[in-house]
Amino acid sequence: MNSPAAIEVRDVRQEFRVSGGMFAAARHVVAVDGVSFSVPAGRVLGIVGESGCGKSTLARLILGLLAPTSGDALVYGQRLAALDRKARARLIQPVFQDPFSSLNPRQTIQEIVSLPLVAQGSFEAPEITRLTNEILDRVGIARAMATRLPAELSGGQRQRVAIARALIIKPKVVVCDEPTSALDVSVQAQILNLLAELRREFNLTYIFISHNLAVIEHVASTVAVMYLGRIVEMNETDVLFRSPRHPYTRALLDSVLTPEPDLGIPDVGLGDAVPDPSRIPAGCRFHPRCRMAVERCQREPPKPDLAAPDEMVECHLANQDNPFQLVGGQYAQG
Amino acid sequence: MSIAISLPPVRVRTFRVGNVGFWIGVAICSVVVLAAVVGNALVPHDPFAQNLNNRLVPPFWMEGSQPDHLLGTDQLGRDYLARLVYGARISLLIGITTMIVSGLIGTTLGILGGYFGGIVDDVVLFLITCRLSIPVVLVALAVVGLLGSSLTLVICTLGLLLWDRFAVVARSTTMQVRSLDYMNAAMCAGASTPRLLFREILPNIASHLAVVATLEIALAILFEATLSFLGLGVPAPLPSWGLMIAEGKDYMFFSSWVIMIPGVTLFIFVMGVNFVGDGLRSLLGAERPR
Amino acid sequence: MSAPLLEIEDLSVTFNERMAAVRNASFRIGRGETHCVVGESGCGKSVSALAVMNLLVSAAKRTAKRLSFAGEDLLAMPEKRMAQLRGNRMAMIFQEPMTSLNPAYTIGSQLTESYRRHKRASQRDATARAVKLMGRVGITAPEMRLGQFPHQLSGGLRQRVMIAMALMCEPELLIADEPTTALDVTVQAQILRLLNELKDEFGLSILLITHDLGVVARVADSVSVMYAGEVVEHTTARQLFADPQHPYTRGLLSCIPVPGKSQRDKPLGSIPGVVPQVSVGFSGCAFRSRCAFADADCAGTINTQTATADHNYLCRLTPTRQKELARA
Repeated sequence: MNSPAAIEVRDVRQEFRVSGGMFAAARHVVAVDGVSFSVPAGRVLGIVGESGCGKSTLARLILGLLAPTSGDALVYGQRLAALDRKARARLIQPVFQDPFSSLNPRQTIQEIVSLPLVAQGSFEAPEITRLTNEILDRVGIARAMATRLPAELSGGQRQRVAIARALIIKPKVVVCDEPTSALDVSVQAQILNLLAELRREFNLTYIFISHNLAVIEHVASTVAVMYLGRIVEMNETDVLFRSPRHPYTRALLDSVLTPEPDLGIPDVGLGDAVPDPSRIPAGCRFHPRCRMAVERCQREPPKPDLAAPDEMVECHLANQDNPFQLVGGQYAQG
Repeated sequence: MSIAISLPPVRVRTFRVGNVGFWIGVAICSVVVLAAVVGNALVPHDPFAQNLNNRLVPPFWMEGSQPDHLLGTDQLGRDYLARLVYGARISLLIGITTMIVSGLIGTTLGILGGYFGGIVDDVVLFLITCRLSIPVVLVALAVVGLLGSSLTLVICTLGLLLWDRFAVVARSTTMQVRSLDYMNAAMCAGASTPRLLFREILPNIASHLAVVATLEIALAILFEATLSFLGLGVPAPLPSWGLMIAEGKDYMFFSSWVIMIPGVTLFIFVMGVNFVGDGLRSLLGAERPR
Repeated sequence: MSAPLLEIEDLSVTFNERMAAVRNASFRIGRGETHCVVGESGCGKSVSALAVMNLLVSAAKRTAKRLSFAGEDLLAMPEKRMAQLRGNRMAMIFQEPMTSLNPAYTIGSQLTESYRRHKRASQRDATARAVKLMGRVGITAPEMRLGQFPHQLSGGLRQRVMIAMALMCEPELLIADEPTTALDVTVQAQILRLLNELKDEFGLSILLITHDLGVVARVADSVSVMYAGEVVEHTTARQLFADPQHPYTRGLLSCIPVPGKSQRDKPLGSIPGVVPQVSVGFSGCAFRSRCAFADADCAGTINTQTATADHNYLCRLTPTRQKELARA
């Protein structure tokens, strides 16, 4: 390929050693288990999944906060592990979920936002002040706030500050890990709109992680569905929402509660088995909760079926000539 | 068009017993610090000047007291008030320098263990465990007994022995802070490790360390008194409170005030320092958002 | 229509006599009905529920013109009588079940405790009922769960335990404060389905507090929208989504992305600014600082308007007038 993808993740695996104490044997938890995808520049990859599916671990891998046990995460063709901290900061920046823990409570807004520039060590003080003021204006934080502490700001304002910090250094990729989950509905809309504007303005590539499918549908151009450490389905947003191929995707879509009073509460039919990353089932990892599971699913893990670079599904039943008939859901009719 | 809605700041007043204690503690400590700094300029006697003709003069509330010696004199006729005030200097000196030495050791170990985790943390944990298995008084006695007693030696010995609480608190708070997203954000921002340790972590654990510091000061002062009482603390003419108790113990049946005065002073001061620590804890605890 | 189970009229709660958390809120819940109170954080929805249960902190003060449960006046009720009602005829479940389950006791002992206390039942009867209810709320192997501790269960299971616990004494009213907010979406759907089934089966009335309009749409019979301590709109669920009247309700509805409905490349509707904290003695419309239609008269007294028989809202302007203003 001539132009490298903005983000390329190749067969990444992340194991955590859960120590049982000084003399007990350690357990291994596989949080991310062989994930591959690539995101072209200027696109938004949405990653959805339930808690414990490994989506936040994946975000930390892409950010270079964790070194993968195996596999590679590349940003603009460069291995993050090989980059020094300053070069990495110029490429990729995060926006985290909880605006109450993502800002240092002992620093002023000015100090927080300017940190990426200060850390570079190559900017003069007046330059830093100018750029800080510029970005604060852009995200809608009054300059008078710059000398305040985070505790004096509301949740939405804090998230704006976090966005300003991420963008002040003009990165190419921004990883948004549940950026609106901790916010109220009206504030969530403000932040989503701001993120969309900034993406166009700064020509950014986003990885957007959320458990809220409605939000993902609104922001993402491609969606990857994660289950217990693996991507089980990935496709263009429209296609994925219109015709999901994996039973788990279908269940997730069914469980979205849109504000339509006549639809009642959906029956997602997932049973109450709880996915546990330290005890991943043999065969297809989704089979204990799958209402379509057949005998083969218990024994043999399905292989990813790649129709196109960003169209993938991992299910025995989706590969057959005669695919299973899913019960009509709320998006099936388009 | 904008219509202003006035929002009065909602401030819950927290005037609790803990805060009263805090201010009492601050008052006690201020008096002691003041006494240590300017006290000997105000008291007209030299704490070392002996006057064997004027021994064991009782304090002002007892019969036979002399207006010249408010708290009386000791068995060698030295002015007790002057010695007490000078003792405050010794106690403070020992408390604060021991706290600084042990604080540096403990905080460094704790932050390193908490931040780096893994094998570094295992080593730190091992050191803490080892330190906790050392009987402080016995080791201090042995060291002072071997090397002879001096102020510096007492401070060094206590400083090297009393860092465990700093290490435990620094380690656990660092681990908490390290897992917060602002640390992740700072790492992603390209901040260097020293910057992460000193600008991001240290200010956020400082309040916890301040509480430990007060407790350590109190503990060091008590240990010094213990060592001095056993005759292995600061060397003789220096009037440490512990030493004053030790020197007075032969006279306690007939002139009980000889040990009562330094004893009560020690008790009140240590209590004051602990009040400050408790107050700090509740103040800082309330300040933390959410 | 029979007398409502819970009637709240002009309920107000103040903190330290300065901050008005709830201001003249009124709503009623019929038997077997699900009533949702919806609003953003700090709008007073949880505080009103706690006020009904008389579980407010001591700094809070509650006043009301009328607060009655099954015909009994809760305002004048002595605390001893109230304690008999709580957990017996009125039960409550919370957002984070971990904080309302005691980590030091087994599920079994926590489930049976209030039943034995309120119903003076034997341990054997209580256990039998616990097992039956746990099975009913979809907990597999209930006998095994009885001996487990809360931390051994997943979030969804813990919430089911909380529901079973709430149902132990056959309550008439179940107050659920954000019962599914901490749960995954698939589990949320399961829990809401369960609550709906239980409502029909036990003839429960449910007061559901939530910030999620999607949840409101799917489970509510009637809805109160709260803003800055006031009920700004009160109507049936169908009516609320078909024909919202208050500018705040309309704003909220335009804020939520709806798959297949909202335009991807267009910005979402949004309400500028933040929810104000209102002090005692505040007058006029609290939404006026964020409202596109507000003018000087909005600082005056706002009267409740009636759109249809069971649809009230707290705004000077009729929707037609709002539309005219929006065009101008």
